[in-house]
Amino acid sequence: MSIKVTLPAAFTRHTEGRKQFNSAADNLPGLLADIDQTFPALSTQIKGEDGKLRRFINIYVNDEDIRFLGGETYAFQDGDEIMLIPSIAGGTE
Amino acid sequence: MRFGTRSRNNGLHPHFTLPPPPKEKSQKAQNPFPLGKSLMNYSCSRYELKCNECGKGYGNQPLSACPDCIAPLEVIYDLDAVRGIFTRENIAAGPANIWRYAALLPIPDGFQPDLPVGFTPLVRAKNLGKRIGATNLYVKNDAVCFPTLSFKDRVVSVALANAQKFGFETVGCSSTGNLANSVAAQSARLGLKACILVPADLEPAKILNTQVYGARLVRIDGNYDHVNRLCTQIADEYAWGFVNVNLRPYYAEGSKTVGYEIAEQLGWRLPDNVVVPMAGGSLIRKIRKAFNELIYLGLVEEKPVRFFGAQATGCSPISVAVKQGTDDVVPQRPNTIARSLAIGNPNDGPAAAKMILGSGGWAEDVSDLEIVSGIQELAETEGIFTETAGGVTTAVTARLYADSRIAKDQITVTCITGNGLKTTDALNGHYQQERAVRPRLADFDAYLRELDGLAEPELVAAGGK
Repeated sequence: MSIKVTLPAAFTRHTEGRKQFNSAADNLPGLLADIDQTFPALSTQIKGEDGKLRRFINIYVNDEDIRFLGGETYAFQDGDEIMLIPSIAGGTE
Repeated sequence: MRFGTRSRNNGLHPHFTLPPPPKEKSQKAQNPFPLGKSLMNYSCSRYELKCNECGKGYGNQPLSACPDCIAPLEVIYDLDAVRGIFTRENIAAGPANIWRYAALLPIPDGFQPDLPVGFTPLVRAKNLGKRIGATNLYVKNDAVCFPTLSFKDRVVSVALANAQKFGFETVGCSSTGNLANSVAAQSARLGLKACILVPADLEPAKILNTQVYGARLVRIDGNYDHVNRLCTQIADEYAWGFVNVNLRPYYAEGSKTVGYEIAEQLGWRLPDNVVVPMAGGSLIRKIRKAFNELIYLGLVEEKPVRFFGAQATGCSPISVAVKQGTDDVVPQRPNTIARSLAIGNPNDGPAAAKMILGSGGWAEDVSDLEIVSGIQELAETEGIFTETAGGVTTAVTARLYADSRIAKDQITVTCITGNGLKTTDALNGHYQQERAVRPRLADFDAYLRELDGLAEPELVAAGGK
């Protein structure tokens, strides 16, 4: 099984410029573990000190927000296209 | 040309040619400013972008997220540097528009604004107040904001000032309608090309009110959240200035002017409560930021202001979070007639929920039926025709009084952010077109009696008793 992961330009400085890569992860925790191994610097960028994905990052599966699909429990399907997209807000204060 | 040497189109080019689809790398309009490596930047001693999570500063560039921790960037000011400049007297001597507050807006040095945006009426709403049990209620009426009749004119004018400074030739936005109208109009005025993306099911008036300015309008087969996500990707690939993506920190600051105006129009004092519609959740926070700046600079006395958020029940992620006492905003699939508030995954939602709870305020949401009633009540009592978002705000305001969340005599400002002429379809079926009446006084008289359900008067014979 293989999924295709697309990254925004903001993340590519830690992936040697690569915007896409394939993964065999079964679900979101598996994908994050895969990123830990393959792109450790990216992992540091997208995860907080608690080891969880930062809240400013949205995950989409085939155009659908993963939170509508069950979040971490969603089982990736072969050929799924996963997108990591920063949430564009106007500040935090 | 106002800024620099970079060329841009002169005059209107409504049917410009877009870059070809980025099938091959060589065809892409390469983004010259990947996060943290902007070639487009300017220095300014008054303000700069800063990450409030990690504290790093980024100068001024088209950048909305911290490259290190992905948190949103915020424009921060050297408030002490404007202490002798941003005064009541200087503001009063300024123009009757938002540029009277330019010292605390991220406007590049040398920018000469020529559109009289904002400074909309703050009207005492005695009639609406009587109906809903409020004795000190005000309406901040951005239904008449210039030039496109919504509060978005404020944010767009600030964003486009920066778009020009950064040298963008094409600007754009993802929009639920009002922003589209404003970007289209103001970019036409500035001679910038505009490419605007909207959900396909947008109200016809909002589509027309974008196209008429010559902007390229792209309808996306999806909801606003799909559109917004796409724009984030487009901003990565095209060298365009998206006002609510890569220009968002500057854009969002324009909302502060609502707060400045409320305070000034109340005679340089703060209200007790503010009721604000919430879509992405940015406006409500920026009003508070404006109040805090005014307090810091001594223009108003410090007082606790409670902030109340208004949403449609059919799209209420922030309201639900507030009611649960959390800033964990769970996204929703929008289903409401209040399309301008139909953002199911509000980017500023967590910060808005946290701020509302911290202020001692609350958030409410109302049904589509209540939204229409809200539109009608505001029109019938105060003569203000607002769009569906204003119906939300009005209905939520009424609910807050009914539930005693706001005391009747407290100074309360309810923010009307858009004009009803743009969403007339929301009132379809609510008013009948009556039959035409012959141009005769007797017919008119009979018609009124018919409408009022009155019987025909008894005929009195001339000279009879």
